[in-house]
Amino acid sequence: MLSDIAVQYLPILVFLAVALGVALAASGLSFVLAKQKPDPEKVSAYECGFEAFSDARRRFDVRFYLVAILFIIFDLEVAFLFPWSVSLFEGGVAAFWSVMIFLGVLTIGFIYEWKKGALEWE
Amino acid sequence: MPATLIFYLFATVLILAALMVISARNPVHAVLFLILCFFNAAGLFVLQGAEFLAMLLVIVYVGAVAVLFLFVVMMLDIDFKQLRQGFVRYLPLGALVGAVLLIEIGMMAVHWPTMAGAAAQTPAPAALGNAEAIGAVLYTKYWLPFQVAGLVLLVAMVGAICLTLRDRGQVVRQNVSVQMNRKRSDVIEIKKVPTGQGISDGGMA
Amino acid sequence: MVQIVVYALLAVAIIIPVLVGVAYLTYAERRVLAAMQMRKGPNVVGPFGLLQPIADGVKLLGKETIIPAGADMVLFIGAPILTFFLALSAWAVIPFDAKLVLADINVGILYLFAISSLGVYGIIIAGWASNSKYSFLGSLRSAAQMVSYEVSIGLVMITVLLCVGSLNLGKIIEAQREGWFVFRLFAPDGWAVGVPLLFPMAVVFFISALAETNRHPFDLPEGESELVGGFNTEYSSMSFALFFLGEYANMILLSAMTSILFLGGWLPPHDSVAFVPGFIWFALKIAAVLFVFLWVRAALPRYRYDQLMRIGWKFFLPVSLVWVVVVAAWQLFLMGPPA
Repeated sequence: MLSDIAVQYLPILVFLAVALGVALAASGLSFVLAKQKPDPEKVSAYECGFEAFSDARRRFDVRFYLVAILFIIFDLEVAFLFPWSVSLFEGGVAAFWSVMIFLGVLTIGFIYEWKKGALEWE
Repeated sequence: MPATLIFYLFATVLILAALMVISARNPVHAVLFLILCFFNAAGLFVLQGAEFLAMLLVIVYVGAVAVLFLFVVMMLDIDFKQLRQGFVRYLPLGALVGAVLLIEIGMMAVHWPTMAGAAAQTPAPAALGNAEAIGAVLYTKYWLPFQVAGLVLLVAMVGAICLTLRDRGQVVRQNVSVQMNRKRSDVIEIKKVPTGQGISDGGMA
Repeated sequence: MVQIVVYALLAVAIIIPVLVGVAYLTYAERRVLAAMQMRKGPNVVGPFGLLQPIADGVKLLGKETIIPAGADMVLFIGAPILTFFLALSAWAVIPFDAKLVLADINVGILYLFAISSLGVYGIIIAGWASNSKYSFLGSLRSAAQMVSYEVSIGLVMITVLLCVGSLNLGKIIEAQREGWFVFRLFAPDGWAVGVPLLFPMAVVFFISALAETNRHPFDLPEGESELVGGFNTEYSSMSFALFFLGEYANMILLSAMTSILFLGGWLPPHDSVAFVPGFIWFALKIAAVLFVFLWVRAALPRYRYDQLMRIGWKFFLPVSLVWVVVVAAWQLFLMGPPA
């Protein structure tokens, strides 16, 4: 038997299946309806009037990784705050200061990255 | 009946996707299969009634960690042929680690019933929701692991900056406060030019 | 089994209005922009041009799907499907009225946050699979932009949850009976006047929503002047249409989230008009927020990328972080537990 909580997710599962069906159908329909006639010029990668110089998948600015890493850290921070936000009064003052210390530690990191210029773009 | 059916659906897809992660030739495909794994694991969590954990798994692992993985495999110019050459050399070590993990999991599975005592200590989440139950103990009873988690995040943040941040030398940056505080008198000088005489220094004072 | 069929029918009953809404949002956008620029906009197909979105859809459906030579075919076709699928799937938990919700789960707001954090995938995969520089660069920028603003969206959600004490969307709306969170004055006992504690967060949320959906003035991923078409440069036919529909469905979704978090969802503005059903109020509120989306597009020029990142990381993140502390302290030390 499904647990009480899992039962609530059954409609979501069905909904996801229907939504996926709609998306697949919409995409598939155009393959059925439209005439497919590729030729070399049509399928070449877009470029401003010349052949592409190199493969598009190449090394990239390291700052995009930095943004991704910082995002993970702050996302985790938010994840830690969710249980607190719904039990603010149960935890009371002790939990409040506990979270304040947690946030304080991460704020030190935030100030560090700010001072280091990790948030600078040009 | 539907519970077992759904469980086996999720579990089978999870294991197949995990196999694809290690066998896919293209690393991007491997990461995408890993994401499929996460989703099925989240599904299993929901089946156990751990909806909060399931959502966090999706938010943190799929929404953030796997994005970084994708960034790395898409953009780092790793020569995967070269990486694969070392495969045979590292095989014994890898097999050893795998075997240790397998034995550990096996021991856990065998001793599972005896661990029921541990479950009794946790508060019964019957009346409380998942998140409320976690919130009731995480910040007070388990404050130490919580603070340690904060410190780990701090170390990760500092480490990431040390590893990836390079000084870029000559770049033009916008300094908003300078722009906003600029006064008319700082940049414009008004000279009275007598008619027909001009300014002696060519106007460039 | 019967239950599953019922759920499937209900799912269709939610998806069809959303799709119609998306179609007419594209029409509304063109008409509103036209009106703001003293033009007429589409007015030929059908009365007042009302059949224009259908004509557009039929046209795109009949076009050839061009798959670029170096593309990863499965991912190239899969990315728009994923984007569109995710944009639809969030609607499973949205409460349309007091009892009108498909899946009333305890952690509804987390479900929405999870779905919106997945939005980057369609874009990254599309950019990578197309094997085109412009697509790839556009998708990278887009992904970095979306993740940057997601942090502040998460923190804004925390501030609202601190005032509600539940992750359930229905309870978040019910908590606004005494006043919508945008304008609610939080007055501790004995205070003559309250403070609109959540108003700044509503502003942060809306602006982050603009960035999250890659809308003007943060539409850099498709900045025509530098990136051709951004991540969907190589897309054509229905694949392109699915990205387009996904973007607009996301706009409607974020408007719905804005109404749920700050505008009281399906609650009527006043008890005297409570006879009008809740889902109509909900639709009206969504429409009002969407109008602001379009208005912003007509009124503001595009941001530069460094400015965009600076607002996200150096302004919204610290401000919303401080606000979490302020709201928590206010609730805990001044207001006391909700009745």
